Amino acid sequence: MNPKSPPMTGVGALPAMVPASRGKRSLQARRSRSAWLLVAPTLILLAGVAGWPLVRTVFYSFTDALLDAPHEYLFVGLANYLEFADGEAYGVLADPVWWRSVRNTLWFTFVSVSMELVLGMALALLMNQKFRGQGLVRTAILVPWAIPTIVTAKMFSWMFHDQYGTINDLLLRVGLIDAPLAWIAEPGLSMWAVVLADVWKTVPFMALMLLAALQMVPSDLYEAARVDGASAWQRFRRITLPLIMPAMIVALIFRTMDALRVFDLIYVLTSNSEATISISGYARNQMVAYQEMGVGSAASVLVFLMVAGVAAVFLRIGRFSEPREKQS
Amino acid sequence: MKLTRKQKQNVSRVWIFAASALAVVICVFPLYYAILTSLRTGQDLFLPNYLPTTFHWDNYYTALVQNGVGRSLLNSVVVATVTVGACLLVSISGAFALARIRFRGQKGILFTVLCVSMFPQVAVLSGMFELVRFLGLYDSLGALILSYATFSLPFTIWVLTTFMRNIPVELEEAAIVDGASLWVIITRVFMPILGPALVTTGLLAFIGAWNEFMFALTFVLSTENRTVPVAIALLQGASQYELPWGAIMAASVTVTLPIIVLVLIFQKRIVGGLTAGAVKG
Amino acid sequence: MKQGARASGAKLTKRIKIMAQLTLDKLNKRYNDKAVVIKSLDLQVNSGEFVVFVGPSGCGKSTLLRMIAGLEDISGGSMYIDGTYVNDDTPSERGIGMVFQSYALYPHMTVYENIAFGLRMAKMPADEIARRVEDSARILQLEPLLQRRPKDLSGGQRQRVAIGRAIAREPKLFLFDEPLSNLDASLRVQMRMEIAALHRRLGSTIIYVTHDQVEAMTLAQRIVVLNQGNVEQVGTPLELYDQPANEFVAQFIGSPKMNLMPSTLIRAGNAESVVKLWNGKDLTVPIATPASAEGKKVKLGIRPEHIVWGEVSEAPYLADVLFVEHMGNETYHYLDNGKHGDPWVVRDASRSAIAVGETVGYRIPPEHCHLFAEDGKAYPRLVHSNGEARVGANQVQPVSFSNRVGATPIH
Repeated sequence: MNPKSPPMTGVGALPAMVPASRGKRSLQARRSRSAWLLVAPTLILLAGVAGWPLVRTVFYSFTDALLDAPHEYLFVGLANYLEFADGEAYGVLADPVWWRSVRNTLWFTFVSVSMELVLGMALALLMNQKFRGQGLVRTAILVPWAIPTIVTAKMFSWMFHDQYGTINDLLLRVGLIDAPLAWIAEPGLSMWAVVLADVWKTVPFMALMLLAALQMVPSDLYEAARVDGASAWQRFRRITLPLIMPAMIVALIFRTMDALRVFDLIYVLTSNSEATISISGYARNQMVAYQEMGVGSAASVLVFLMVAGVAAVFLRIGRFSEPREKQS
Repeated sequence: MKLTRKQKQNVSRVWIFAASALAVVICVFPLYYAILTSLRTGQDLFLPNYLPTTFHWDNYYTALVQNGVGRSLLNSVVVATVTVGACLLVSISGAFALARIRFRGQKGILFTVLCVSMFPQVAVLSGMFELVRFLGLYDSLGALILSYATFSLPFTIWVLTTFMRNIPVELEEAAIVDGASLWVIITRVFMPILGPALVTTGLLAFIGAWNEFMFALTFVLSTENRTVPVAIALLQGASQYELPWGAIMAASVTVTLPIIVLVLIFQKRIVGGLTAGAVKG
Repeated sequence: MKQGARASGAKLTKRIKIMAQLTLDKLNKRYNDKAVVIKSLDLQVNSGEFVVFVGPSGCGKSTLLRMIAGLEDISGGSMYIDGTYVNDDTPSERGIGMVFQSYALYPHMTVYENIAFGLRMAKMPADEIARRVEDSARILQLEPLLQRRPKDLSGGQRQRVAIGRAIAREPKLFLFDEPLSNLDASLRVQMRMEIAALHRRLGSTIIYVTHDQVEAMTLAQRIVVLNQGNVEQVGTPLELYDQPANEFVAQFIGSPKMNLMPSTLIRAGNAESVVKLWNGKDLTVPIATPASAEGKKVKLGIRPEHIVWGEVSEAPYLADVLFVEHMGNETYHYLDNGKHGDPWVVRDASRSAIAVGETVGYRIPPEHCHLFAEDGKAYPRLVHSNGEARVGANQVQPVSFSNRVGATPIH
């Protein structure tokens, strides 16, 4: 009958023994078993669309496959990365364009993320004030964020147009320049054009992140500091900055990771010119434009390693600055 | 001379207003100028002028009909909708497990999800190319739906996990006491409560898919299967050397305005969603 | 009472006033085999009994309740409901109803749907669900609110819906987890009375967790005092007040806290003992102490309400008044005791003209004294605080109100 019939009949008597067969699992055990069922679709899909392609990319990086016939390949070892033959170096790591793209990407990342941080902080502090028209500012800064990157690129390439662009026109009118500048074509300027477009588009994200963090700082802390006679700068330096630091680091990580893999903005704004090409752009060029699937994969793997390396450094920093903010 | 408290306040208020005005102008100007350009034709186009001069809709006709951006718009809607729908469906149960159940490997999975969401897309490009070819999806919208899961799925999982963590434990326990199974808890307690969060997450993922460029550029060749970003990027004029700026701006404005309207409607939620995914991570 | 309730499955569709007996046998709880939250706990809760778990925060009382509910796994020992082993049963299989501290109402459902949700989960026929929801709504005066959503309800109303949701399931065991702590003071008193009335009316077995000793004293038939995962004492409210088993219970029950005066036992005895107080004076108290304890340090306990004023010229003890707190209906005086811990507190049940800085005389009535050994255990008192001589040991059975069904709820 019921395997778990009562071990005693008298009401009030203490049960003498624990039934031998339990046959059931505890709540926690049941839940953790179901957990795997629930995450299974996610894991399978992730493995399919991210894990497997990544593995295949690594695989192809050791072959000489071409894009139009990926199944005809020979293993070439590390030749796609670096190979010496007849005293000459070949492979991605020997390609000056690759190193140019690495420099471009790092410079772009550093300059644009720094500018975003400074401007984003200024904008966040501004939005954290109480004033009429505050809502308008908050709405307006969502506009750059909402505009697709490609559209941003096109809008800026129109505004940066050397003959008809408004930026040259405005600068001429103000008198900052005497003759129109070739923003897109001039190698020394084109990177700045890319940076400015990127900053315009992503400052809002930074500002919103920082604003959210600012709003979590309890206002009585400022009042206490004011009573203690701290100046505005001291309040920012000693109270605001330490308290929003964790959120700031997270926002920085997000933006840096994004900037390191930049592709579309440069592809459209400066047509992947050598002065601005990014590592992602380089890898895609090898693969699609030159049909070199093997070389392109090798470059992709290098991009991946670079991004992963920077992420690891950030995680380290994040762990140090965030003593133990427990994740529940 | 020492300023009175009142005067100091007025000075700072002037600064705040000036800074805000500058910020608003800088944010809105490029879009404003794009709209102006899109309404101009011929020689007008090439004279920098900051006020509306003419209202010609020709550029819109050229872009949407002749250049097929209208068709691309439809493609983009289909791809983004299907991607987001599928990702939300899969991630609801996954996020529930990650947010609400303690189990071995949970931290590892969350960390993996976070890592995948930071993948450089190019890292999976050749592997994905092979997969797309293998599944016979090359040059079709299916290729995009499949490949977009690479970045949409980690995003929806991550954000929904954050949202689900914020639901009080006692609510779930009340459901357990009421005899609800995990599936019932997810579908009949969590999903209705998370309705707004699902909208936010879906919208953010939609925007992500809508803006994607690299996969769309690589996996689709034919003009009729292009998504909007690719269509705009590759928009060609009559002559190969002269870009049709009017039409490009018309197409840009067309794809941007719906998104901006959506964003403005859901403004509060979007800001909440953006920060939920990041600040608490 | 229905013995085979479990055998007939979870479909408790028959209309029976179900109540059950709960037995905990060497129950314990560890996390990751390290932190021990509940240490080998034995307890029997009788049918229809109202038992309150009380203790300071972190004492394990909520964990214990959640283990009984089935929301927290049991690490060791066993648990029986009506003699049925239920360690591995789900909360709904155990047939419990629970009221949470935050009410935990489903925000997207109306009051009706909130109450009906559990019944729907049990696949109950629609008319039975409707009848039960209406019944519990009537008992708790929720009828006008049935179509509202939780966000449109006041705190007290939400609380009642949470209780109604538990009632509708006709559980064998009602569990309350600090249900009143989110309410303001006046509402708390009102809900306290409603819960007491509900218990009289339904006669169900209730286990109630609180950190508030006033709630415990007013609601409980029996109180379980928990501290650091251990049961310090189980007994009726007055037993705990009159016969605290140890220093912890003595100080936890009663407000202000019992005064503990350092002393030395100078003569042990079966009928009375003599202690030398901190101030060098001797006091004979009607408390039994073993001869082995003679010469040992002890603590003499006396509640603030039991210290009696005396004329300065003839009272045995004198002290300076450090401060006076006027509560309106009563007055607390804090007396300087040199360096012997917190000042002694004396409670007057009326207003007092004694001013700070005054020197007062007071007496310690021996019949109200408690005596604690160094390890905190109480020596048996031979006289009740009300003066009656004690009969036998602490064996008073809990009063059962279970057959007094039908009393009207207080609104």
